[in-house]
Amino acid sequence: MTYRNPPTTPRKSATFDDYTLSEIRRAAATGIYDIRGAGAKRKLPHFDDLLVLGASISRYPLEGYRERCDTGVVLGSRYAKKPIELKIPITIAGMSFGSLSGPAKEALGRGATLSGTSTTTGDGGMTEEERGHSKTLVYQYLPSRYGMNPRDLRRADAIEIVVGQGAKPGGGGMLLGQKISDRVAEMRTLPKGIDQRSASRHPDWTGPDDLEIKILELREITDWEKPIYVKVGGARPYYDTALAVKSGADVVVIDGMQGGTAATQEVFIENVGQPTLACIRPAVQALQDLGMHRKVQLIVSGGIRNGADVAKALALGVDAVSIGTAALVALGDNDPRWEADYNELGTTAGAYDDWHEGRDPAGITTQDPELMKRVDPIAAGRRLANYLKVMTLEAQTIARACGKNSLHNLEPEDLVALTIEAAAMAGVPLAGTNWIPGKNGF
Amino acid sequence: MPAINVSKATREQDHEQSRASRVFDLAEMPLRELNQTLHDLAPGSNETAWEVLHPKGSHSVAVGVDQPITIDVRGSVGYYCGGMNDGSAITVHGSAGPGVGENMMSGSITVKGDASQYAGATGRGGLLVIEGNASSRCGISMKGIDIVVHGNIGHMSAFMAQSGNLVVLGDAGDALGDSIYEARLFVRGKVESLGADCIAKEMRPEHLELLQGLLDRAGATGVKAAEFKRYGSARTLYNFNIDNADAY
Repeated sequence: MTYRNPPTTPRKSATFDDYTLSEIRRAAATGIYDIRGAGAKRKLPHFDDLLVLGASISRYPLEGYRERCDTGVVLGSRYAKKPIELKIPITIAGMSFGSLSGPAKEALGRGATLSGTSTTTGDGGMTEEERGHSKTLVYQYLPSRYGMNPRDLRRADAIEIVVGQGAKPGGGGMLLGQKISDRVAEMRTLPKGIDQRSASRHPDWTGPDDLEIKILELREITDWEKPIYVKVGGARPYYDTALAVKSGADVVVIDGMQGGTAATQEVFIENVGQPTLACIRPAVQALQDLGMHRKVQLIVSGGIRNGADVAKALALGVDAVSIGTAALVALGDNDPRWEADYNELGTTAGAYDDWHEGRDPAGITTQDPELMKRVDPIAAGRRLANYLKVMTLEAQTIARACGKNSLHNLEPEDLVALTIEAAAMAGVPLAGTNWIPGKNGF
Repeated sequence: MPAINVSKATREQDHEQSRASRVFDLAEMPLRELNQTLHDLAPGSNETAWEVLHPKGSHSVAVGVDQPITIDVRGSVGYYCGGMNDGSAITVHGSAGPGVGENMMSGSITVKGDASQYAGATGRGGLLVIEGNASSRCGISMKGIDIVVHGNIGHMSAFMAQSGNLVVLGDAGDALGDSIYEARLFVRGKVESLGADCIAKEMRPEHLELLQGLLDRAGATGVKAAEFKRYGSARTLYNFNIDNADAY
């Protein structure tokens, strides 16, 4: 018998993991960076790293089914003659017609309207089905200005000046040729089938001083009626919030890096910007330092999934949250019922993110007339409304447990963190300690 | 009969009033009141001639106007004069700050002096005439507007232009038409440099005709279309190709 040395178990590199290796091979084969939709997929400090304390001897709870817990929020009360009033503090984030199909946009409008909240246009202008089915519609004012016109500006309920988004702070929109159908091409004044390369900067203003003048112009055009939001990607939340307030915004929207996009470079999504959790406290601090907390409203988005996320975000001082990816999932995105189709595209339900290719089996991120039939706007809108209702009830459950008769009465003192990272980012104590990393010099 | 005479006299008086400009003095009234008054004009209003005095560099003068009226601004304006104009004919008897006529839908804006950056940015229709020079990024992201500049234009003009016509009687600065999708650029003088994917193109009869029409409408008398060169999109960046990466 020959003696064989005991073998070692084959070991894969943590640095060169399977995904990394596959990406190197893909890049070498194609010569093109990877483009995909959705937000950051890497593990990040998030709301799961926070816990809510609930009631105790010093805090008494509210009865779950008897005592009120208000959920309403007013946005835009600083300057707008007609602020918008929402029944729940969860709004639908901007997603373009073009990146999404017409029926998907309609479903978002229906779901939001059933729930008493707002939905938002995107980098492609306002469609009739969206305006018609959305009681409260926020009209985005983007660098590309596709489809921008004063008539739509006036029939919007609020205007959101988009400086950036969490998936790609500093990046412009992108819509590849497959999705530039006749209708999309016409709305964007582009030749059909080309790869759209949107600008990353606004064409007619740069910097906070210009922004102030731009906001004045939009207010003058709309006779000071509409709330004006300023949306930024989660890059420098303290200064961006302060500068948006200085520029005259009614509402500041901050989108963390888990916030989705229709399409951009993978390297951008995963490496530029900050997690949502890291953006909230600096933004709230900026508002507090300026004496504008609750006077200028703060909306935060990027990875909001359930009522606990909503409650925790509100406890940290935001006025409302916004959902995009979660809303698409409620409509039917990445549904396992289409698994065979996902497999054909080389992926699996839950991982599909090639939204830019326009071949979405769920019929949401496509302009293909056959695929988009898979979205029934009425049923999908109902599902979104159900989901928003559940999120709201969940958030109320948590707030009542903390003795709060309004979601907006939740406060940082209701929270602790499970990790040092989350404690430092959220500015709340590490569980079991009174230590807030970074506070008092420690 | 006397009754008829009185009625006729009243009609004539009304007619005279409608022909006389309504004067709005920004030294005495706030900008908000000017824009609100212009927005409140009902379709078919006979108050069709307006005059704005003492603009003194005010921003957002006559923005969002959507009636076919004339507005004479006596002096220089700040940012975004005539922004999103839809049908009115605005004349600035002075110079204009950044973004004059931004996102214009229809109508016309004439600047007797010079214009700052981003003149006519994202404009979708109508005619913007700059009788002096225009600064950088003139016609940036233009989407159907016609722009005629009697003087020179600065760098990065017609950046990412999508549709419309930009006519320059003088010279153009660096990187003209960078990343242009479509739109026609006509320059009579020197072009400092062309931007990515912008090339000189053949001037065909239909272009000469179009250009001559624009020159006439812009009051460029005695200038011949044949003196211009045409520039536009090479269309090599329409669909991403890794071998064009240096152009991005």
